[in-house]
Amino acid sequence: MSLIESLPRVRSLRMPRADGLIAWIVPLVIILIWQVACVTGFVSARVLPAPSDVALAGWKLLLSGELVRNIWVSFWRASVGFLIGGSIGFAFGLANGLSQLSSRLTDTTLQMVRNIPHLALIPLVILWFGIDESAKLFLVALGVFFPIYLNTLHGIRTVDPHLIEMGRIYGMTDGELFRRVIFPGALPSIFVGLRFALGIMWLTLIVAETIAASSGLGYMAMQAREFMLIDVVVLSILIYALLGKLADSASRALERLTLSWHPAFQKH
Amino acid sequence: MQEALRFRLSEAEPLGRAEIIEQARSRRRGRRIASRGLSLTIRGLRKSFGDNEVLRGIDLHIPAGQSVAIVGRSGCGKSTLLRLIAGLETATAGSIDFGEAARTEDIRVMFQEPRLLPWARVLSNVEVGLGRDRASPDAQARAESALTEVGLDDKRAQWPAVLSGGQKQRVALARALVSHPRVLAFDEPLGALDALTRISMQRLLERVWHDQGFTAILVTHDVAEAVALADRVLVIEDGRIAHDIDVDIPRPRRRGSAELAALEGSILKSLLQGTEDTSDL
Repeated sequence: MSLIESLPRVRSLRMPRADGLIAWIVPLVIILIWQVACVTGFVSARVLPAPSDVALAGWKLLLSGELVRNIWVSFWRASVGFLIGGSIGFAFGLANGLSQLSSRLTDTTLQMVRNIPHLALIPLVILWFGIDESAKLFLVALGVFFPIYLNTLHGIRTVDPHLIEMGRIYGMTDGELFRRVIFPGALPSIFVGLRFALGIMWLTLIVAETIAASSGLGYMAMQAREFMLIDVVVLSILIYALLGKLADSASRALERLTLSWHPAFQKH
Repeated sequence: MQEALRFRLSEAEPLGRAEIIEQARSRRRGRRIASRGLSLTIRGLRKSFGDNEVLRGIDLHIPAGQSVAIVGRSGCGKSTLLRLIAGLETATAGSIDFGEAARTEDIRVMFQEPRLLPWARVLSNVEVGLGRDRASPDAQARAESALTEVGLDDKRAQWPAVLSGGQKQRVALARALVSHPRVLAFDEPLGALDALTRISMQRLLERVWHDQGFTAILVTHDVAEAVALADRVLVIEDGRIAHDIDVDIPRPRRRGSAELAALEGSILKSLLQGTEDTSDL
């Protein structure tokens, strides 16, 4: 591919900032209403602490170093689990999309496993791994595996057969055909799987950490519940929301960068 | 008087320019013509899909550099014949011989759909056509000159999605031309275009064929297009060549001339004859 293709579009640099500002109006307004409701006593501090109290609790935890440590532990679990499950899912998706033999051999099995809710395995996983790191990584990897697998497979199977025939006529080797036709054609679908997987990643981690953990954001929230520290509970939930948003923004940025050819990304 | 003068001028100027271009072209062709088009000999060609015999014995010789149009009703096997020539299908029986050993880059196909890679810029799409020469250092220069040939050098950095239907088909033509093929097979390349774009594309096809001297095989359902572009029109019926008509009308052919219309009429008549008893037209 030539140099021109690797250049991002200049237009896309300007818009996301304006878009981003607009998107934050609603959350800010909600926090404002929340604060007013708490200060005026409309909502009891036992039910929901004011945002300022939550921020204060966050500040204290930040100073003690506990917050950063817990966020880091959760972030590490999420990304390592995601990388393991995502790469296995991607590899199976590629193999089953490209090879009939591999698909016949493994697809039925994978579809059966897919229908087990992975969180139903928690008791078994605790028995296997204890409440060790590996238990959380296993659950996250398992949860992330299927959306990536299914969407990679779907993406590869739905690449326009006309384009594949064209590639063959023009003498592309199998490797070139994959790199220039099949993979870019499957990429939009792979990104759909990626974003689904990111959602499942956080969900799995929260559940796993609240049930069986000795560190991490979920553990922090459960500990706070024990001591009735409702501000810390709310803080943990808000941090989950922010981390989820961060992961989603990262995948969107990657999408914009790699799918700039797609008509849907040219109007932004 | 002024009008007469202007008339003379406008008449004279394009003629002079056309002559110069013609001279330049014939000089270029003179150098190339010996090495360009491949001849094509087909003997006893048959093709079946399961029980359905689509081609029932085709015998055909196409001299090097000729442009041949293949017409026929849908389902007559004309596209299958083209796909066999292009090597996209394997024959059930019979042989196709190009006279000498042909490389894959020597035979190119252009389809009804442009089949451009949406994720590659126009220039990269043209580079795809170089086949094994894609990695050579002059690949980009060759792709650029092919784009210039079809008049789209200013679109080289665009995504295919922003081009019009006719422009996409011109990029596909540039991709087919960039390896300087010796046989170019067209499978209804203008079928999806509007009437005006079709006419300008026909002129473009005629020009590149004239310039590059490849052997052209054009499958079309449009008889007017066939007689306007080709040296020879083959009518295929029920998997066999029913008529083989030489079009010896001198070029450039004037669109809508009485000669072309008469020839078109007689071909259409022979096409329609077969359908009268079944009346499924």
